[in-house]
Amino acid sequence: MTSQVSSPAEQADEASEALVGGQRAPRSDHAGAGEKEIRRLDRVIIRFAGDSGDGMQLTGDRFTSETASFGNDLSTLPNFPAEIRAPAGTLPGVSSFQLHFADHDILTPGDAPNVLVAMNPAALKANIGDVPRGAEIIVNTDEFTKRPMAKVGYATSPLEDGSLQAYSVHPVPLTTLTIEALKEFGLSRKEAERSKNMFALGLLSWMYHRPTEGTEAFLRAKFAKKPQIAEANVAAFRAGWNFGETTEDFAVSYEVAPASQAFPAGRYRNISGNLALSYGLIAASRQADLPLYLGSYPITPASDILHELSRHKNFGVRTFQAEDEIAGIGAALGAAFGGSLAVTTTSGPGVALKSETIGLAVSLELPLLVIDIQRGGPSTGLPTKTEQADLLQAMYGRNGEAPVPVVAPRTPADCFDAALDAARIALTYRTPVFLLSDGYLANGSEPWKIPQAEELPDLRVRFATGPNHELADGTAVFWPYKRDPHTLARPWAVPGTPGLEHRIGGIEKQDGSGNISYDPANHDLMVRTRQAKIDGIEVPDLEVDDPDGARTLVLGWGSTYGPITAAVRRLRASGQPIAQAHLRNLNPFPKNLGEVLGHYDKVIVPEMNLGQLATLIRAKYLVDAHSYNQVNGMPFKAEQLATALKEAIDA
Amino acid sequence: MPDTNELLHLVPKAEAKQSMKDFKSDQEVRWCPGCGDYAVLAAVQGFMPELGLAKENIVFVSGIGCSSRFPYYMNTYGMHSIHGRAPAIATGLASSRRDLSVWVVTGDGDALSIGGNHLIHALRRNVNLKILLFNNRIYGLTKGQYSPTSEVGKITKSTPMGSLDAPFNPVSLAIGAEASFVARTIDSDRKHLTSVLRAAADHPGTALVEIYQNCNIFNDGAFEALKDKERAQDAVIRLEHGQPILFGTDHTKGVVRDPDTGDLQVVTVTDDNRSRVLVHDAHNPSPTTAFALSRLADPDTLHQTPIGVLRDIDRPVYDTLMAEQLDTAVEQHGKGDLAALLAGNDTWTVTG
Repeated sequence: MTSQVSSPAEQADEASEALVGGQRAPRSDHAGAGEKEIRRLDRVIIRFAGDSGDGMQLTGDRFTSETASFGNDLSTLPNFPAEIRAPAGTLPGVSSFQLHFADHDILTPGDAPNVLVAMNPAALKANIGDVPRGAEIIVNTDEFTKRPMAKVGYATSPLEDGSLQAYSVHPVPLTTLTIEALKEFGLSRKEAERSKNMFALGLLSWMYHRPTEGTEAFLRAKFAKKPQIAEANVAAFRAGWNFGETTEDFAVSYEVAPASQAFPAGRYRNISGNLALSYGLIAASRQADLPLYLGSYPITPASDILHELSRHKNFGVRTFQAEDEIAGIGAALGAAFGGSLAVTTTSGPGVALKSETIGLAVSLELPLLVIDIQRGGPSTGLPTKTEQADLLQAMYGRNGEAPVPVVAPRTPADCFDAALDAARIALTYRTPVFLLSDGYLANGSEPWKIPQAEELPDLRVRFATGPNHELADGTAVFWPYKRDPHTLARPWAVPGTPGLEHRIGGIEKQDGSGNISYDPANHDLMVRTRQAKIDGIEVPDLEVDDPDGARTLVLGWGSTYGPITAAVRRLRASGQPIAQAHLRNLNPFPKNLGEVLGHYDKVIVPEMNLGQLATLIRAKYLVDAHSYNQVNGMPFKAEQLATALKEAIDA
Repeated sequence: MPDTNELLHLVPKAEAKQSMKDFKSDQEVRWCPGCGDYAVLAAVQGFMPELGLAKENIVFVSGIGCSSRFPYYMNTYGMHSIHGRAPAIATGLASSRRDLSVWVVTGDGDALSIGGNHLIHALRRNVNLKILLFNNRIYGLTKGQYSPTSEVGKITKSTPMGSLDAPFNPVSLAIGAEASFVARTIDSDRKHLTSVLRAAADHPGTALVEIYQNCNIFNDGAFEALKDKERAQDAVIRLEHGQPILFGTDHTKGVVRDPDTGDLQVVTVTDDNRSRVLVHDAHNPSPTTAFALSRLADPDTLHQTPIGVLRDIDRPVYDTLMAEQLDTAVEQHGKGDLAALLAGNDTWTVTG
């Protein structure tokens, strides 16, 4: 649960543990003779790793669902290659899914796994460096034969040469056991083998006392058209569970109690960032009472929003898969002209292609949501990895003075609220708005308190219905660029409204009438007015979390919220005061930002780029902000960030 | 083939009788004196009252170029957008607002060069758009570079030694892009232009109308062969649905199918071959003959240029299909229930 600024009374749990592996066992209940021991843990980090065709993402998703419905707090980190099926058994082909779950409030998917499930030698080799000594490793021994090991450079078997002595290794012939369990089903060896991920899921589900009904129901629904395959998967899943229950190698199982203290009362579900964002858009359309129109072109990691919205046509949602990125936003802008709540979804390379149309939207002053699920760049970069290096592109990546508001969610569930906020700004101020999510938020998931309809903001808009201006001769006319004096928004007159026929375009317009104007003074006025409109957008003040009166502020934006907050907790638990603030609105900045910055001796800005927010802060507020940067395609690790913050404080 | 577009019924009718004046905006028209665009503007403004649609439900969307200033002069809703993107923008508008009559105004550079991708995809989807492609075979607004419809060897500022690339034939291109309606007309022939506009307006789906338009500054006389009374007899093939394809002085020339190759050829009509002269069928589902007709024109001299409606077939319209999917989704799943959507199937409750 990471959607609120950490309270002063937050748990400092993530700080109380140095980076060591093994499963902490605060309490231990020894069961009676003949029964297996059950240990209670307060949190666990599991990583499933295998070939990209092994179904690791599905396995992780299912374990997440089981964990969510059990009531733990959780945070996930899927990590997969851009290739759909990279060469089997190779290091680049390894796909993994890390899940952190706890009996209390947690903020990140965890730095280092307590348990690694390695489906083949490549998965072991690619992940062992992240696994702390003492951790448990479950390996599929069937894959540790000469060729697969040679493929990744193991001269001798790591299972036999003593190189894994520091770990608690569970060698399990997952493939053989799965095939054995499914022999009644009359499947080919290859077909049967495919269920080995469900065997592994069953084993882990036993180890951590996860509920199983959800997964069985899921499998039956997923393979509804192939009941034999459905039952085979259920059988493999159960066989994995029973294997844990009966085999002596697994002497202990673990319980992680529901995180009942961490959550306010209410109804919860698990949700990923892209799903929350999709729901936020549908909710915004409902709250605005405008039909939703998505113009989009498939691109990783944004495509899931296109997929999700395409499933909800019964909400009046129109989704248009365009011929290219430019047409995606073009169609959205056309729909905005017609009175839809218009959206385009993309990632960094797509934003580059859409830039000219965003500039047109700035000039037309029509509401339009531009959703950028950032990924590693430049160019094609790292399509499946995360980064937050599009901030300056969103701020400035257009010709001319073309200011666009920027909103950034901080956690997966927060994508819902961010979508509603972006829609509010777009509709109120008649402007394109950037929403900057990223691959980490998009694919990661966490528990979400399901909002009630009455908690959602009222986003209804008023279209223009009649003339708004009187000419000198007394004629009542409609002026498309006569602004609301408070918001500076222009009227939105949609086609079909009699008497308000008007023409708008990308050429500079006369203030008020909107007619073409090349007048120098008018252009100066229009440029400044468009800027003033964006500068005047109402955004909430920045909240600072500073229980100890610190002298150093750590300022973040977007998806770094979880790791920064976890690092801050660690520092505070070790007696180091530090203040924390996290920006939702990057353009305009909150009105009190300058004052907040001025209050601290030091400002540290951790970013998954080379210092883009820091650049903005330094330029705008003349503050000597220090950057801490990481651009390796992965989110910050809490421990590493805590160390960096500490060094910056002491420097 | 229905005579009137049933989709037009979704667009509200004008309450009072309209005149050409109703469609003129208060903006001064700023094309060069003598530009062919004036004639097209007058023809469109003169034809609009015939449609009898509420003018607030008519939208003109354009890209960039001389012709793309068109929307400013129409007293309807309008958007002068960016280079090449008008078909994409109009697609979003038309597919979200079926009560609108959406027109795209574009040029040969706008539609066929920078916006070529959007044009072919609009045609393939069959969005309910009427696209007026003003083809003057030159870039006017940027002052005279060659365009994708310029003849090979064109001497311009950017091609002082002559252009190297073969031109597009917009009609061939449109037919190849699965267009359901393709026509060609000429700016100076008001009657023909109006008849083609009428046919386009009546067509459900995307209608592409190529209008040969004279740029008297940078490419004057580009279509003179088709306009000069004497020469036009042999240069222009006037197509009319259901009529034999005859042209030339006293209709002495005709189009027949070569029995050996299947291709079309022009012959001097005699009593022996008169029965072989093709009868134009714009509604033929197969695009083959329409395409072959489009290829009769010589790209350099424009001799044997077919004008009129080359193709006009019935094909499902994108916006209609999109709306039907929304209706089907409601029938199958009921009207969207936001609370149920947000909750999903897997929830748990925390009690305080």
